[in-house]
Amino acid sequence: MQDLGGVLQTALKLMLELDDSLLEIIVLSLRVSLTATLLAAVVGFVLGAMLAVWRFPGRGAILVLLNSLMGLPPVVVGLMVYLLLSRSGPLGGFGLLFSESAMIIAQWLLVTPLIAALTRQIVADLMLEYREQLLSLGSSRWTMLQTLLWEGRFSLLTVMLAGFGRAISEVGAVLIVGGNIMHHTRVMTTAIALETSKGNLTIALALGMVLITLACMVNAAVAFYKAYAERLYG
Amino acid sequence: MSFEVAGHCLLNDVSFHLERGPLTVILGANGAGKSLLLKICHGLLSPTRGEVSWQSTSRVRVRNSQAMVFQRPVLLRRSVAANIDYVLRLHGMAKPERNQRIDACLQLAGLSHLRRRSARVLSGGEQQKLALARAWAVRPEIVYLDEPTANIDPAATLFVENLIGQFSRNGVKVVLTTHDLAQARRLADEVLFLHQGRLLEQSPARQFFDGPENPLARAFIHEDLFC
Repeated sequence: MQDLGGVLQTALKLMLELDDSLLEIIVLSLRVSLTATLLAAVVGFVLGAMLAVWRFPGRGAILVLLNSLMGLPPVVVGLMVYLLLSRSGPLGGFGLLFSESAMIIAQWLLVTPLIAALTRQIVADLMLEYREQLLSLGSSRWTMLQTLLWEGRFSLLTVMLAGFGRAISEVGAVLIVGGNIMHHTRVMTTAIALETSKGNLTIALALGMVLITLACMVNAAVAFYKAYAERLYG
Repeated sequence: MSFEVAGHCLLNDVSFHLERGPLTVILGANGAGKSLLLKICHGLLSPTRGEVSWQSTSRVRVRNSQAMVFQRPVLLRRSVAANIDYVLRLHGMAKPERNQRIDACLQLAGLSHLRRRSARVLSGGEQQKLALARAWAVRPEIVYLDEPTANIDPAATLFVENLIGQFSRNGVKVVLTTHDLAQARRLADEVLFLHQGRLLEQSPARQFFDGPENPLARAFIHEDLFC
């Protein structure tokens, strides 16, 4: 194995050359993780906000469950989705196993509880500040939920980043339901796992650095927009 | 009505009648229960005992005919005009009418030049003017003002007091809380004096300031009431 300098050189070379197979893996990784994060945000934002705004019997138990699900082991989720989508499973008829869709479903399951739990906390904090004013203005519970989500939009961007981070860095679930098939379901993390198992540690580390760079770029873009928007809207 | 929290009585058998017309000032020291009373009247809190009743029997009508401005106004993270638009949309107003109403309200509050500015970056005085304009936008019959000038400078205070006077002259019932005697003297037609959760006196402003019946009210006016 090369020293750190050699690894960095290989990573830089990989990024600069950006051959078709690497580009394909990067694009698929981003497509799967961004789609899963966006879909998880749609459900997680509404679910989290509902848990913050509404009071109903059993809410406490749901909150405990939701917080516990934040730490769901990816391999377990992968296995569950595998069983659901396998030919003999209840959703086997859709033929989704070892496809991009299966990977999106698995990541969606992993990210949704995280986004919902963090959203609940953000909206609950906003409720303390806004509740009386919104009730005074004539908001219904549903309008209040929508308003609080919009008021918390910059914080929710950070929540989405956390979700994206969990999705893009995850390997266990996508490996099980995607199968790490070249040109079909191979993403950055499964490629790293494969190169490691083959003993190509330099390539594996270099791919890891490409992955970290990608994650940093997405984070930097969102952080830049967030800072700009917060300056503009206060 | 009374209001208790964890065995502590914060409002104790408070009973009064508000007439349409005169500007009512709820006067009292900090912790007297003024803001709490206002929130109960506005329906944000329910009294532990007793009730608030209105001439109208419809709860929706009562709610839609009231507005409240808080000591620290909570403005939405959007433009000045959008803050007013928000409440008008909640009241089901059509877009062309909303635009006209927004223009009128911003003009009234002297904020027309700031209509596109984000509400959250306005100064304290401008934020309070916007909160008043937003309250005015829905054409309320009653507006509750909870120490509306507590956090703003004298120039903005003067503007806000003129605005409040304008509300009152336009037929809006104004109920305002303050611990500021000078402000109460400037604005009040009628005074409710609250002390440690009890309503000790309700009288016309002139009568209250010239010769209050209650000794604690007298002490408050002479600024030698220490809670």
